[in-house]
Amino acid sequence: MVKYIIKRLLLAVLILFSVSVIMYILVRNIDLNALWEIAGGGNLSNENAQERFEIVAKAYGYGDNSFWGVIKGYFSWLGKFLQGDMGTSISYQQPVEDVISKNMGISFTISFVSLILQLIIAIPLGIRCAVNQYGKLDYAATFLTMIGISFPTFFAASLAIRFFSVELGWFPVQGIESSLPVTATEWDYFWDRAWHMILPIAVLVVLSIGSWSRYTRTNTLEVLNADYIRTARAKGLSERSVVYKHVFRNSLIPLVTVLAGTLPTLFGGAMITETMFAIPGIGKLAYDAMMDGDIPFIMGYNMFLATLTVIGILLTDIMYAVVDPRVKLA
Amino acid sequence: MEENKNLLSEELPEETSVNAGDVAVETATAEDVHGENLSDRVRMLSPGQLVAKRFFRSKLSVIGLITLILLFVFSFVGPLLPGCSDWVKNGDPIADRNKENIKQVVYVDVLKYEITNADGETEILYAYNFMTNEDGELNWYADMNSTHWLGTDMNGYDIFTNLMLGGRVSLTIGFVVIFLEAILGVILGGIAGYFGGWVDNLIMRIVDILSCIPTIPIMLILSQMLESWNILDIRKLYFLMAILTLLGWTGIARMVRGQILSLREQEFMLAAKCSGLSTFRKIFKHLLPNVMPQLIVQMTMGLGSIILTEATLGFLGIGVPLGTPTWGSMINSATKMDILIGYPNFWIPPGICITLAILAFNFVGDGLRDAFDPKMKR
Repeated sequence: MVKYIIKRLLLAVLILFSVSVIMYILVRNIDLNALWEIAGGGNLSNENAQERFEIVAKAYGYGDNSFWGVIKGYFSWLGKFLQGDMGTSISYQQPVEDVISKNMGISFTISFVSLILQLIIAIPLGIRCAVNQYGKLDYAATFLTMIGISFPTFFAASLAIRFFSVELGWFPVQGIESSLPVTATEWDYFWDRAWHMILPIAVLVVLSIGSWSRYTRTNTLEVLNADYIRTARAKGLSERSVVYKHVFRNSLIPLVTVLAGTLPTLFGGAMITETMFAIPGIGKLAYDAMMDGDIPFIMGYNMFLATLTVIGILLTDIMYAVVDPRVKLA
Repeated sequence: MEENKNLLSEELPEETSVNAGDVAVETATAEDVHGENLSDRVRMLSPGQLVAKRFFRSKLSVIGLITLILLFVFSFVGPLLPGCSDWVKNGDPIADRNKENIKQVVYVDVLKYEITNADGETEILYAYNFMTNEDGELNWYADMNSTHWLGTDMNGYDIFTNLMLGGRVSLTIGFVVIFLEAILGVILGGIAGYFGGWVDNLIMRIVDILSCIPTIPIMLILSQMLESWNILDIRKLYFLMAILTLLGWTGIARMVRGQILSLREQEFMLAAKCSGLSTFRKIFKHLLPNVMPQLIVQMTMGLGSIILTEATLGFLGIGVPLGTPTWGSMINSATKMDILIGYPNFWIPPGICITLAILAFNFVGDGLRDAFDPKMKR
């Protein structure tokens, strides 16, 4: 087990190294709008803009875009990265790790709350569907969950904003807070934020219930066919206790492993949802950074995401062995 | 369980042991023959027919298939109809599609445009002014009416026609990319699974690396890259397809490798080896046909997700060439607040088309999976 984990960790380092090489080479080829902004002071028609841009780019270490220049830039980035320094974000003029940690809270809150809601709704639904396989509920749920799976996030978000925020006026259109009076208490701020988060969370939940409940349904059906369930029935247990004691627990086993894989979504932010609702989470910041060509932030964010993904995959594999002792890691 | 069933079926008389749903057997037994062959009385179905039969038994997959056919007819046949031809022409979006006396349109601000007409007079007009179509006036932001069933967009394009043209592009991208992915995935996954050893290790590490790269960020970066190289026209679509393929083949490669790993240990492969077949023949005649069912299912499901990715990129305003409508680029207009609020006819129809296409591919994929492998049916 320990040997396996060490082997996988070494592999993870190799993967992350390759991802960083690919990312860096690509990122060096994009337009550095953020640097243009600094060079031109916002005025790009400045006649000296090109000259000034080159000076600024050189100062930031992005002046030489030749092959060796990029290689050199990569290794200086890597050297700092290995020492735990992700560089300074050009747009925010703050260390990248600070920008990420400061804005992760909102993204994490949204992702975490929606994940909990998804599980609360989807697991019972999936089990009910499996128990009444081919029943009316099962067909209806299959159809609706398929629609949920197929719905593009941005379309659902657009519809939600259009109808719930604009047409009905129930929720704010965008942003994370509205201007409150000076007399507002902590609670007012809290409720204001919660009110802003309802719609994005609702969109995330509605769209993800489908895949969770389908997964639960498949697992439950597998468990329902198992011999120990037949034994439980043969013992004369009530259907209730068969389903809720014997089936329920066992159908959760594969779910635990999948949960480990949600790590990147949990911390990495929902880029499209955040961009749609203009929520200043890490996903929106990353989107803006990529549009601006803020190289340190793009690299930092993507390495953060890739690390989370690698850890998520590793955790998934380990969880298999943890929840099911029959699985041997090799 | 499986063994039990087999034992049972051997003990039962022959007629009942044959699954009535799969092979139709007439009630007559072998004794009361009237000079006919056995094949005349027993209607055998080929495996393909069995799959088709099981596929069409499921209502959802039939609904999916019909939706797909309708979408294809809509996209590929629709623009050929006479009424649409006026808007199909490519070229300058404003000059080509609209009235002659407008020479120049300059975007000033949101909803605000400076129009120069044939006499050289300029005037500032607000987009809302164009909602009714007078003769000789630029027909943009038109409401839904009998000539423009879904109105016209901010460039004066007919939205209904754009929907058909966009469907062509989106569906074509889906098919091209999934076939390229399948070719790449089958070759690399097949090599990895069949030869094993260091080749397998190398290919699977590449797969690992590619699947750890965050999809949307890298697409954003790549499209920014294309922009900085000034690739904005139709070539952008080819790049988009290449990128989607290069990032997307890993799923198919993983599946093919897994299948081949288990298949190559089976007895029929030992038999193939003993008969001295060439490696080429073993792979293409004996292994790949066995992977086909899963491959087809995964390709169908993959089509949906490629269309979704394309649409997402279009929505984010990237990966979309200028002057070529796609469903994704049409829905991109919803990022502007005024259009999101004031002109739902711009973005709801393409959104519905995207959802329908993905839904239909998912239904068909599900149906195919159940049809290919009834044991997997849940």
